[in-house]
Amino acid sequence: MSNPENILEVKDLKVHYPVKTGILQRVTDSVKAVDGVTFEVPRGKTVGLVGESGSGKTTTGRAIVKLAPITSGTIWYNGEDIGNLGKKPFFPYRKKIQMIFQDPFNSLNPRMRISRIIAEPLDIHFKDMSPSDKMDRVVELLKKVGLDESHVNRYPHEFSGGQRQRIGIARALAVEPEFMVCDEPVSALDVSVQAQIVNLLKDLQDELGLSYLFIAHDLAVIEHISDDVLVMTNGKIVEQASAEDIYENPQHDYTRKLLSAVPKL
Amino acid sequence: METPLLSVKDLRIQFNSREGVNEAVKGINFDIEAGKTLAVVGESGSGKSVSAMALTRLLPKPPICEINGQVHYDGQDVMAMSSADLRHIRGKEIAYIFQEPSVSLNPVFTIGSQIAEAIKLHMPHIKDVNAHIIDALDKVGIRDAEKRIKDYPHQLSGGMQQRVMIAMALVCEPRILVADEPTTALDVTIQAQIMDLLREVRERTGMAILLITHNFGIVNHFADDVAVMFRGEIVERGPVDQVLSKPEHPYTQALLDCIPRLGEKRERLTTIDHDKLAV
Repeated sequence: MSNPENILEVKDLKVHYPVKTGILQRVTDSVKAVDGVTFEVPRGKTVGLVGESGSGKTTTGRAIVKLAPITSGTIWYNGEDIGNLGKKPFFPYRKKIQMIFQDPFNSLNPRMRISRIIAEPLDIHFKDMSPSDKMDRVVELLKKVGLDESHVNRYPHEFSGGQRQRIGIARALAVEPEFMVCDEPVSALDVSVQAQIVNLLKDLQDELGLSYLFIAHDLAVIEHISDDVLVMTNGKIVEQASAEDIYENPQHDYTRKLLSAVPKL
Repeated sequence: METPLLSVKDLRIQFNSREGVNEAVKGINFDIEAGKTLAVVGESGSGKSVSAMALTRLLPKPPICEINGQVHYDGQDVMAMSSADLRHIRGKEIAYIFQEPSVSLNPVFTIGSQIAEAIKLHMPHIKDVNAHIIDALDKVGIRDAEKRIKDYPHQLSGGMQQRVMIAMALVCEPRILVADEPTTALDVTIQAQIMDLLREVRERTGMAILLITHNFGIVNHFADDVAVMFRGEIVERGPVDQVLSKPEHPYTQALLDCIPRLGEKRERLTTIDHDKLAV
């Protein structure tokens, strides 16, 4: 059973993709994207997940929000087993668990105005909200992420990368989530903008009591934002420690290799 | 004093559109000496990439884009060159590698045929093109090059694609390599491999490198000199050690301050107040 202090517990999660070959498309092998991953996210905390591309970190994040099919394993959210829920019973969790994506250029619909982009999740999860209330909420959210009220009628192309990431965050916050999967939210941004977005995510956590699973490949950013850090490679978590320990006293060879690859200033 | 291989004087670039005039680069000066590496750092929109493109006039023609100022390569005036002369310089004398290898490679041609294109254009005297390609791929650390030349870009990982881009840039032995954020899209371990490769190539061929990046860690390990760009101007320039340890311009200081550093956890990251700096 799960510990009530943890908002999320993942046990022995596996995501395997079948490899089909030949004209009969027989399953001959499988790609083990995530291969037996166990971790927990304490309520109100940030857990950083670091690894190279292909290590399975994004798939782990996507499996939690049911964007990747789970082969086996359990995911407890607030003590409820959500990993094996069907589409309908999972629906309320789509509101509680939100995701922020890496590329702010591809994750916003270019043909929608900002007001529509942010209000869309409200149409799904707050069906009874009146249009004027929705608009008030959009304006409130824009202010919360540091954008201006006058931006509501603009299109995504009129914004910079950092501003678009703020819009993505506002959209995720619209339905009052408790838990956010942040998939490389600052990897595509300049260092100065990266600092702004990291600070914003921290402020929102303090204000709203959010819990984060923060996926990134930049060890310095992970160390800065996380309470605990998971190091992943080849679908497995090889090291799990507090953010301080992982830097000062890395245990696994792979963690040491990652740390030594960062060019120091 | 030796004349630099490439010298840029009072370079100004502006883009004209219906919305108005955008001055992307406002009069910058820099030199690149043979065998040296100059790093240009700055945020997106600071004008570093367009400045690099202007070196071989890889920008739209007027009236969309106006380039003013002087660019001299090896004593020749690049601004006065005909398109035919420019084609000879591009790729042959000054080669580029870009940030996103998956976008820069053509998805419908094999990597071998894409490298062959450069050889056929710039080195028509070479008979055995295939052997030359295999050699080029070998030099950038691609194993089984004979098999790999028949691969399409999507069959290679990001790091391998960037190696192909480097092989393509180096195949004609350019004297200047412009590397525009060559590792921004790559993982730290792959980044380390690519930078080691560039270092090795630099030592072997003695080419000059213009490295555009926003990673100060890479600048520290790889470049001789650094120029910091802010809103179309070079606000600070000097040897890497000096600029990184004793930055003179407040913008350089601010840029260095906002980077999270391993082992120095802070409560908040410093952010940059651009408008205050611009005054």
